Amino acid sequence: MSVLVDRDTRLCVSGITGREGTFHAMNNKRYGTQVVSGVTPGKGGQDVEGVPVFDTFHAAVESTGANTAMVFVPPRFAADSILEAADAGIQTIIAITEGIPAHDELRVYNHLVQAYGPSPPRLIGPNCPGVLSPGKANVGIIPAAFFKEGNVGVVSRSGTLTYQIGNEIAQRGFGNSSIVGIGGDPVPGSSFIDIIALFQDDPETELIVMAGEIGGSAEEEAAAYIGEHVSKPVVAYIAGFTAPPGKTMGHAGAIVSGSQGTAAAKAEALEAQGVRVGRTPTQVAEIAVEILEG
Amino acid sequence: MDLLEYQGKQLFARHDIPVPEGRHARTVDDAVAAAKEIGFPCVIKAQVKIGGRGKAGGIKVAENEDEAREHASAILGMDIRGFTVHELWVEGASQIAAEYYASIIFDRSAKQPLVMLSTRGGMDIEAVAEEDPDAIATLHIDPLLGFQDFHGRRLAFEAGVDGDVVRPIGAFLGRLYGTFVSEEAMLVEVNPLIVTPERDVRALDAKVTLDDNALLRHPDNAQLRDPSAEDPQEQMAKERGLTYVKLDGDIGILGNGAGLVMSTLDVVAQYGGSPANFLDAGGGSKAEAITSAVEVILSNPNVKAVLFNIFGGITRCDEVARGLVEAFDQIKPTVPFVVRLDGTNDVEGRKILADAALPNVHTAATMNEAAEKVVELAR
Repeated sequence: MSVLVDRDTRLCVSGITGREGTFHAMNNKRYGTQVVSGVTPGKGGQDVEGVPVFDTFHAAVESTGANTAMVFVPPRFAADSILEAADAGIQTIIAITEGIPAHDELRVYNHLVQAYGPSPPRLIGPNCPGVLSPGKANVGIIPAAFFKEGNVGVVSRSGTLTYQIGNEIAQRGFGNSSIVGIGGDPVPGSSFIDIIALFQDDPETELIVMAGEIGGSAEEEAAAYIGEHVSKPVVAYIAGFTAPPGKTMGHAGAIVSGSQGTAAAKAEALEAQGVRVGRTPTQVAEIAVEILEG
Repeated sequence: MDLLEYQGKQLFARHDIPVPEGRHARTVDDAVAAAKEIGFPCVIKAQVKIGGRGKAGGIKVAENEDEAREHASAILGMDIRGFTVHELWVEGASQIAAEYYASIIFDRSAKQPLVMLSTRGGMDIEAVAEEDPDAIATLHIDPLLGFQDFHGRRLAFEAGVDGDVVRPIGAFLGRLYGTFVSEEAMLVEVNPLIVTPERDVRALDAKVTLDDNALLRHPDNAQLRDPSAEDPQEQMAKERGLTYVKLDGDIGILGNGAGLVMSTLDVVAQYGGSPANFLDAGGGSKAEAITSAVEVILSNPNVKAVLFNIFGGITRCDEVARGLVEAFDQIKPTVPFVVRLDGTNDVEGRKILADAALPNVHTAATMNEAAEKVVELAR
């Protein structure tokens, strides 16, 4: 098992005819992901290395049975593309695009929550590296070669930090059930809580690693949730202990405002719920291995 | 992007939010001319992006031309908590019968805008929130529905504003919400929101933060960015498409990906070092971007050693290595470098560095080893 993407994933790529879109769609396909179609308005009927392109998500879903979307279009078109994928009935939407206006993200999030009843489409990202289930499917830009199949579920706000931690775990002989990048934007479609809940229910996942960073309160909310609902061990890392207040550290969401969102407060909230927090990526891997071998 | 008070007020005025009449000035003469045009008494206000201007002496009332000249001379060039005053806003003095507080924030946790109203205006709202949270009325707004009249009434009644201004305050909040949405702000704050003896409602201050990602759709707002007010290195980095934040220390840092760079700063600090900057070269950086980034890092004279920490995903380590070799060719750095390359094409990258045998460039196998080494070299 794994979460979000696996061998049943039938992927439709929005923006497949763009340079980056083609490159990563083909990379995902080579990994073994079923890339069944792409969407580029006005280029319906063409194909990208054998993958058929459609003008609309609705046509792509109807013709190819796509159940998962990857959004790779420029920021000003991305919200529209996410909404179109959802409207076409796609259940899992993974948005890689960086730089989407925050108010667009707000509208998209609230629409998805309000318009689709009890099981709304699941949005991962935007501004994320995607989801990798080693040995099964890769949707996004995670360099799959550094990871192998295993029992550690990883959820992170940052791409390269995920690679760093995942790689250190792999070097110690362990692998991953799934690696989920939820993105560094102010309004992520899925939170730590959403993904941790999936890992808790996934029989293959034995241990959960979460990599957070300064800004917002998602880690504190996750801490409270873990205390109540999660029986599997969780190891956490928080980046940004030395970040000065008031400066945005690369991610739109990573800013310490006043006394809110500091790394120390997040680590404390997690530790209060029994989550072990590593002070370096290496230490996170060491703790994870200690628990797995325990 | 944070706006100056006067830029915020001009934005408010475009959305029919009442603000006192005012003029912008960059020189003492301009300020005096503005004061004469507006009439006395008027207020001379320092325009800096930091709070506590009043306490620092950056806001003064002028009763006549001599006082306007005196205050403008004193305030221009003044240092307010590290910010030099380059601009003034001169506006007519307002009579104040009541001071309220109003704001709308982009509440990331609730994923809805949060509107706040309090009758305890004119003071530090965070202190009010701590001492007496009930003094602030709050309401989340469904962004798909928007701000309705009843929202305004509810906030006004719950905050306990004077009965005769419930409707005008509600209308004011509606316009503030309209500004927040149509200008794509992350924050709009009015403190104080005043009621005059004539029972008019107006914004006496304006604090606005706009979403940088939305500036493409707002060319007028994009022009409000003032490069002269920015740190020269941060400005240079921005022009080159790099994410750079200047810090106080002496170890230059370059990495790929915001999370990994933040983590690198932390690890360097744990080994007793002090980072001189945050620099995210971004995903898929080509050699030229790396060369350019080295130039930005070294333009800070405090830098005594530089750490490259790369975990290549879409970034290729051979491109990073080529960029560093090119930087040595062009800039001829004199400080030591420590380079850690892992990920896509790391073997090729390390080979390029080994072949180039750059002076004073050290390699490290892990992030921790790299941090330890660079801290030693900066000593």
